[in-house]
Amino acid sequence: MKITLYGVRGSIPVPGKDTVKYGGNTTCIGLETPEGDQIIFDGGTGIRVLGMTLIKQLPVKCALFITHTHWDHIQGLPFFTPFFIPGSEVNIYGSFDPIYRKDLKTILSNQMEYCYFPVRECELNAQIQYNHVIERQPITVGSATITPILLNHPVLNYGYKVECHKKTFFFTGDYEPPYNIYDPDDHEFSEYETLLQQQRGQLADFIKHCDLVVADSQYSSEEYPSKKGWGHGSYDTCIQLAKEAQIKHMVMTHHDPLRTDAQLEQIWQGFSSRTDLPQNTKFELAIEGKSFVL
Amino acid sequence: MPIDQSKLTRLVETLPAFPESAQKIIALTSRVDCSPKQLVKIIEHDPVLTMKVLKLVNSAYFGLSREVKSVNHAVVYVGINTIKNLAISVATTGTLPKQNAAGLDTRALWYHSLKVGVLAKILAEEHGTPSTQTVNYFVGGLLHDIGRLLVAHFFPDEYKSMLSHINASQDSILESEALVLGITHAEIGAMVSEHWQLPAELQHCIRHHHSTQAELLVNAPLTMAVNAANLLIHLKDEPEKITIPECILQWLGAPVEDVLARLTTLENEVDKAVSFIEIAG
Ligand SMILES: [Zn+2]
Ligand SMILES: [Zn+2]
Repeated sequence: MKITLYGVRGSIPVPGKDTVKYGGNTTCIGLETPEGDQIIFDGGTGIRVLGMTLIKQLPVKCALFITHTHWDHIQGLPFFTPFFIPGSEVNIYGSFDPIYRKDLKTILSNQMEYCYFPVRECELNAQIQYNHVIERQPITVGSATITPILLNHPVLNYGYKVECHKKTFFFTGDYEPPYNIYDPDDHEFSEYETLLQQQRGQLADFIKHCDLVVADSQYSSEEYPSKKGWGHGSYDTCIQLAKEAQIKHMVMTHHDPLRTDAQLEQIWQGFSSRTDLPQNTKFELAIEGKSFVL
Repeated sequence: MPIDQSKLTRLVETLPAFPESAQKIIALTSRVDCSPKQLVKIIEHDPVLTMKVLKLVNSAYFGLSREVKSVNHAVVYVGINTIKNLAISVATTGTLPKQNAAGLDTRALWYHSLKVGVLAKILAEEHGTPSTQTVNYFVGGLLHDIGRLLVAHFFPDEYKSMLSHINASQDSILESEALVLGITHAEIGAMVSEHWQLPAELQHCIRHHHSTQAELLVNAPLTMAVNAANLLIHLKDEPEKITIPECILQWLGAPVEDVLARLTTLENEVDKAVSFIEIAG
């Protein structure tokens, strides 16, 4: 399968001269199986370009997996051209929101209300189907099997694992590994630690020996303490995940919107000279437009 | 058919207390530095609340692949933010009786109260109320009509005759209550809030939530906000019947057309908040 990063930025698109290299679009990943099945993860602004690519071959048939409905993961959807082309088929997958008790269709239709956007959801010409995912219940798209797992974020966020011809790809969406809410001298501390290890162990088992992982790394280790609880990972949490799950290739994404190309270069220099990196994992920072073939 | 006042007093005295855990969660989560472990502690100290939170997390709405067995486990699994939201909704929605009573759609009243609570809180925030205090605005809105529930629940016959009076006459609810029942739902609500020993400003707010007198409102921001929120929510449903008193308009800081225009945006926010609170039902 071929995986292409169409948006690697967190929170808000940041076009401009300072983001030319790493890219300014928000989260979107395209995946094509050898059989030509089209699978998309998230609808940040990167999905606009992906849509333009897809319509070169009509009719478009694709499956779109939404990790969660935070704005930076759905804001490109109204500009996804296949929605407007009769004969296109788009299968959308995501979670039901148990707090707002809203299904995907409602959330996405609200986004296209007339005051925000000139075309309403019901006027889209493509054939659109909405599906709610259930944790660890696999979904088949062509030759690929996609399985969701719930990952910690302020709202329910699903990570998706793709298995196809014995290769595996995993995308975390927005993910902050849960941390201990107790102080070391609280008596609940160790019980909570056990729960955390279980939770982490389950994720590690779920993606063990994965060929390619794209993971949330919005913050540096220095920034993280003041952003604890905001729902994003850091370079260190990516290293930890790579170690625990023995990941072969780890691509770190959801770059903070404030980061310039120069800063990311600098971060990369510091990162690649670290001595605590697991030997068997290849690391890199996500760059918009870059593809990986598994 | 006036209400038997001594029976009313006795009934109010036998009402169960306002849940302590609800009060604590409200107080804790209205602080910015709300600590996760304190939240867990409050939930765990209330077995009913714990059970309800776990039941919801394990329900089909969440679609989890493993059973969640403790509050700590729930926090690790679905995140502190989601558990916080669930706990607030479960704790506060348990406070009012929801059984159907004589001719009163308790569900609709409940929904209305939630909306007023959420809107009052939004208005308070807009008026620069510190976030540590806004939760009282939510509770004020939630409980402002508690008197109506009580009458419908314990005095169904009296309540029905009051309803038919409203239908037959042009009198307002308050006028009809005073005329038929001999007491208004605002006054009954005030009795309940005294019994619950709610903060004085909440008692004031429930007692005067229909007041149009500037001197009762301008120095009582809680009463003002709940009063305004209540009027705005009613205005949406029956614009021809509602006039907003001058002092409230002044407090809202805009002519009524502007307020109305803004209401649509506010309504969205209110609906969103309400639907998350409601899930606990
Ligand atoms: Zn994001
Ligand atoms: Zn997010």
